[in-house]
Formats: sequence, C-alpha cells, structure tokens
Amino acid sequence: MNGVKPFDWRHTPGLSAYTALIFVFFYAPLLILVIYAFNSSRLVTVWAGFSFKWFVAVAYNGAIRDAALNSVIIAIVATIASTAIATAGAIALERGRPRFGRGAAMALIAMPLVVPEIVVAITTLIFFSGLGMHHGLLNLMIAHTVFCIPFALLPIQARLRDMGGTLEEAGRDLYADEWRLFRRVTLPLLLPAISAGAIMAFVVSLDDFLISMMVSSAGSTTLPVYIYGMMRLGVTPEVNAISTILLAVSIIFVAAALLVGRRNRFA
Amino acid sequence: MGPTRTWLLIAPAMLVIGIFMVLPLFLAVAYSFMTANPYGGVTAPATFDAYLQFLYQRDFDDSLVFSPSYALIILRSIYLAIATTIICLVLGLPVAWYIVCQTPERRRILLFAVTLPFWINTLIRTYCWILILRDEGLANGALRHAGIISDPLPLLYNDGSILLGLVYTFLPFMVLPIYSTLERIDPRLIEAAHDLYAGRAAVFRRIVWPLARPGALAGATLVFAPALGSFLAPDLLGGGKKLLIGSLIQMQFTSSRNWPFGAALSTVVTVVVLTVFVIRSRKAQEDLR
Repeated sequence: MNGVKPFDWRHTPGLSAYTALIFVFFYAPLLILVIYAFNSSRLVTVWAGFSFKWFVAVAYNGAIRDAALNSVIIAIVATIASTAIATAGAIALERGRPRFGRGAAMALIAMPLVVPEIVVAITTLIFFSGLGMHHGLLNLMIAHTVFCIPFALLPIQARLRDMGGTLEEAGRDLYADEWRLFRRVTLPLLLPAISAGAIMAFVVSLDDFLISMMVSSAGSTTLPVYIYGMMRLGVTPEVNAISTILLAVSIIFVAAALLVGRRNRFA
Repeated sequence: MGPTRTWLLIAPAMLVIGIFMVLPLFLAVAYSFMTANPYGGVTAPATFDAYLQFLYQRDFDDSLVFSPSYALIILRSIYLAIATTIICLVLGLPVAWYIVCQTPERRRILLFAVTLPFWINTLIRTYCWILILRDEGLANGALRHAGIISDPLPLLYNDGSILLGLVYTFLPFMVLPIYSTLERIDPRLIEAAHDLYAGRAAVFRRIVWPLARPGALAGATLVFAPALGSFLAPDLLGGGKKLLIGSLIQMQFTSSRNWPFGAALSTVVTVVVLTVFVIRSRKAQEDLR
C-alpha cells in the first residue's frame, strides 16, 4: 500500500472529544448537586466534609413526608389507570380492525405530548374549576392519568408491532377463544412491555411539577411542588438532599424499565 | 379483532384524553372571551378585552392606550424558543452522528445516556444551574479563587441563563430524532461518495445532511413547542423578572387573577404549537414522496 490511511467515515477527528463535552454538560450539573447534598456545611458552596445529615433532616421533615406520600399515592393510581387504558388502546391500535380511524386515534392519544405543559396545566385548572370540582387528590389523579397514557402506551405498542401476529394466529388455529388467547398468549408476551410502560408512567407522574402546581390545592401538595416552594426561598442543603433523592429514584426506575424492557428481545 | 371490540378497547384512552384534555382546550378558548373576576374565574359579559390586552392597556377613563409590553413578551418568547432550537440543532447534530458511527453495543449505552436526562425532573435539572451560576455559586467561586474576578459576575437572571436552561432541558429532544433518521443511513452511499473523491465536507453536505433533515425537522418541533411554553427556565433562571409567555400565563392564574387574559395567551400558544406540528407532518409526508 502507499501508506495513506484508508478513509474511515466512522471516525471524524475531534468528534469523540466534542461528544464527551456534551455529556459533561448533561451530567456535571447533576453531579454537582449530589456532591453539595453530602456537604456538611450549611453554606452550600463551602466544603466542610462528608455528611448524611441533610438527608436525615429531610426524613424528619413532616411537610416533605406528607408531600412525598401524596406524590406516591397519585403516582400509583395514575400508573394503574393509565397502564390499563394504554394496554387496551395499544392492542386496539396494533391488532384492531378497521384501520381507518387509526391516524385520528393516534393523534388524539399523542396530544399530551404535543400541547405545552403550561397550557395543559391551566386548561385543566379551568376545567375543574368550571365544573366546581375541588377534590384535591382526585383532581390530580385524573390529570396525571391523562398525561401518563402516551408514556405507558408507546412501549406496549412498539412491542406489539415487534412481535407480530404469528403466535396469536397459531393460538387462533388451535381454537383458543379471544379471552383465552389474550390471557395465555398476548398478555404473557406483552408483560415486560407493560411493566416498562407502567414504570415510565410512574416516573412521569412522580416528577410532574407544573400541572400539579396549578391543579393542586392546599391539602394536596405533591413533592415537586413542595420542593419548588423551598427553592423559591433560596438555596439550602435540604433542597439539595431532597432533590438528590428524587434524582436517584428517577434513575433507578428508568434503569429498571430498561432492564425489564430488554427481556423483550428474548421472549 | 372485530370493529366493535376494537372501538371498545380504544374508547377509554380516547374518552379520557378527549374529556380531560381536548375539551378543556376549548373551554379555555371560551374563557378567553369572558370578563375577569377579581377573585379568580370569569364572569359575564363576553368581550374581546383579553385579546386587546396584547396591544392595548385600558386607562382609568376606560380609553385604550397603545402598550406593547405583552406583545413584546410574546415576541421575546418566540425569539428565545427559536434561538434554543437553533442552538440545540448545532450542538445535537454532531452528537447524533457520533452515536451512529459507534458499534451497536456502544450505541445502546450512549442512547441511554442521552435519554436519561429526559426522565429526570426538569425542576431539579434547572435548579442545578442555580447552584452553578448564582453569585456565591460554583462558577463565580472558581473564577474568584483563580483571581480572575473580585466581584461576582451576574451570571444568573438574564436571557443568557434562560437560554442555557432551555438548551440544557431540550437538547435530548433534538439528538434522538436525528439519530433515528441517520441510523438508517446506508454505509455504501458514503463509501461510493468517497470513491468519487468526495471529502468529509462534501459527504456531510451531500449525504448526511439531506438524510438527517427529516430528523432535524422533527427535533426542531419537539424543541420549539415546549421551549415556547416553558415555565421553569424563565422562572428559576430568569428570576421571574424576565417574563416569558409561560410564566406570564401562570401569573394570570395566581397573583394577577386575570383568567381570561391567561386563557387568551394559552390559546395563542396552542395555536402556534399545533400549527408548527401540522406544518411539520405535511413536510414529513412530502419528504416521504
């Protein structure tokens, strides 16, 4: 050969360094938050040694506990409701006949992803107040169910598309009725995707701030709404600690959803 | 599956979203034509006042005086949303291309790393920048420690910090759609181009960019729409002084108690965003043809 390096389009000079920089941009701020949360000094920026004391302070804070409890209750209800609705919807979209209404149905179901959060927040507020519905937690459960549906639906729909209809065809050939077919064939195959969808719905509900802030009333404050109130008062080590906890919960759940979803490939 | 069963299965999703999400959008349109109740909510009579407020202010003697301050906030929001979209495109395209060039195993890890921020609370992600940018924050501390400055730089509470927060929040929305279009690239195209003496620049301009364009367009809509209505970045990093349309809407339902005006603003945002999405899907269909 003449010593000229072969052209490798997969390698662009400097691109890996650039991408590394972007990932630093993504993750360094989060890392800084976590480090500050373990700083024993009340002056957030002065490092005074490693300490768990702000996490202990958060755990003993009754208002935070109440808000966290509200958040978890809402998230559980919204997860169950939205996952059930999404599972039925995904099956209809992928296995149903007729196909003609499909585009419109998909567009409607994608609405919560398209309309900006602030618009959803205030229109939901208007809707509940117009109906005279002031049920605190119940209002939040309904609002959360609505925006969780597309997040639960997407992985289930993708799974249905990936696995195709052959196994269900086989079941039908063996004279399984529709219900037995669902119980014995479709549901077991779909379960990893349903779990992944449910976990995503749970995380989205737990993390929601703007819609919860506008819809919640005095007794139904959720954790992110409470944290926002703390942030408005200033940077404190307690905010860092509770934010770190919420951050860890999100990451653990999303990793879990990914691992559960991976099982799809071997099913 | 028969049509009856299909409709029964899809009905709950369509009803829940139709009743609790689409219906309220129309209700907000109705509210925007009502008179504000100073205690919150709306009363009769029906009026155009909310929309007049975009450009005029009602004086004490009930005459309309030209006052573009709200129109300026709307324009500033659109300008910042467009700036966010362009910055995300410039920053995100190389990242998407880098991921496409990796082995399947590394692609999966990198994609997870790009997606993860999306699932982390935006409130917390935005708050992190307060820790870095405030007067006693990490950036000013480091600069002071290095002896470069003696007084803290005003890094927080300006358009720059809002823009930074918006880019930080929405960058993953740009990388992912571009990645998913570039992923389908046929390596033989690039090799053929190279055999025909195309350099890197020509390969990018003639092959990569045309293939990335539909993804970039999808990413642009996914960034622009939420950036336009964003609340947290302007509120936490703009200090609430530099209003954007998102925080202006929120204010109408809390401190200002002017529900019709808030509903009118939100209707404008909805119309702009839905228009952008419709144009995009038209364009996407054209690209397919």
